[in-house]
Amino acid sequence: MNVTKSIFDRELSGYFATPVAYVFLIIFLVLTATFTFEIGGFYERGQADLSPFFDYHPWLYLFLVPALTMRLWAEERKSGTIEFLMTLPITPWQAVLGKFLAAWAFTGLALALSFPIWITVNILGSPDNGAIFAAYIGSLMMAGGFLAIGACLSALTRNQVIAFILTVVVCFGFLLAGFPLVLNLFSAWAPQMLVDGIASLSFMTHFSSISRGVIDFRDIVYFVLLMGVFLYANTVILQLKQAD
Amino acid sequence: MIKVNALTKKFGSFVAVDGLSFECAAGEVIGLLGPNGAGKSTTMKMITGFVPPTSGQITVAGYDVATDSLAARKCMGYLPEGAPSYSDMTPRSLLEFVAKVRGISGDRLESRMTEVLAALHLEPVLDQNIETLSKGFKRRVGLAQAILHDPDILILDEPTDGLDPNQKHEVRELITSMSTNKLILISTHILEEVEALCSRAIIVAEGKILRDAPPSELISESPTGKLDDVFRAITGGKAA
Repeated sequence: MNVTKSIFDRELSGYFATPVAYVFLIIFLVLTATFTFEIGGFYERGQADLSPFFDYHPWLYLFLVPALTMRLWAEERKSGTIEFLMTLPITPWQAVLGKFLAAWAFTGLALALSFPIWITVNILGSPDNGAIFAAYIGSLMMAGGFLAIGACLSALTRNQVIAFILTVVVCFGFLLAGFPLVLNLFSAWAPQMLVDGIASLSFMTHFSSISRGVIDFRDIVYFVLLMGVFLYANTVILQLKQAD
Repeated sequence: MIKVNALTKKFGSFVAVDGLSFECAAGEVIGLLGPNGAGKSTTMKMITGFVPPTSGQITVAGYDVATDSLAARKCMGYLPEGAPSYSDMTPRSLLEFVAKVRGISGDRLESRMTEVLAALHLEPVLDQNIETLSKGFKRRVGLAQAILHDPDILILDEPTDGLDPNQKHEVRELITSMSTNKLILISTHILEEVEALCSRAIIVAEGKILRDAPPSELISESPTGKLDDVFRAITGGKAA
């Protein structure tokens, strides 16, 4: 646990050692505000809730999370620091978990800094704050899913651009897994069970109920399992490819 | 302390290390010598558990590196080739990170930091970003993290590369001072370093051990009394 915490601390302070953290935080906050007020029609809707805010989170994460995760392993491999790191008495799980949790905590901070929007809606009306809190939790869980996918794919390559593009494509697939765009690719030839299985993997389906403030245990389990699977895959890839 | 048995590493059809076997004990300073591409670094990467061997066994301090890599890594300090380290950290934060991972804290951390920083003259750059440091300082930061936990076994891949003559001398003195109770395995291109430092030289080329003898014995075989000539004769004239 101490080792994981050491890696977590190093990674988190690494974000703030360069302008990466500040650029990310500012862009995240500017974009959430733009989507909420300009595109989402926050004022025009006349409803005291944060749907216009949360509805755009999947699309924001689609590009911002891969930008955060692309360097996690690709940079270590490119600069050779992976040899320094993985010859310390550190297990692959500790390394993977430490890096992931730091990225997740950082995303959590970005999300938390959007609190003025929450305050605004409380000034303007009487929203269901329990539902908004639930939606924040849901958004954080979904970000964890995106991050786990990105971290895993970053371990596949030493090129950060490739890691970014791969993550965007795979996350896009997960986002739209329940939509005709993806399902039509399978419905012509795959058995219905498989098509239903793919549809049930959709981020949008699992996020849409949480974003309205309904926390379904199955949605939480889905995101936890998704993180578990991709982080496990990350450790396997790390062991297979760390020295390549 | 280190036992290497029939160690082989293949990358596709290329055989980087070909049936290497040797044993070494505490108190020895072993120089791994060979032309570029001889398999020196790959051997070191396998001993430290970073690269899995294609076949063969390695035990470090009694631990099998394949099955008990973590325990083996706790006994070792390793300076990888090129001394990679996190450029956005300072030497202080990097050493504190390594100390935490290796479970060093409190008074022991303080005393080890003082000793290591003094030995490698790192105090002036302690709070400077590593990316802004000269090659010599970067190498010394790499050495510092390798010796911070005072390990029984040190694996140093080209420890004096990039250092100026004075710094080279100091690092050699440091290695000599640590050698009484440790096993130190270094790879180097500098033959005078082998003469000055090593109790044993293992000459490898194309993944195989060509000679394993004390430097003094090798020098005695040379009509000119120079290790360079013996090295060239053994490795078939390939440049060091």
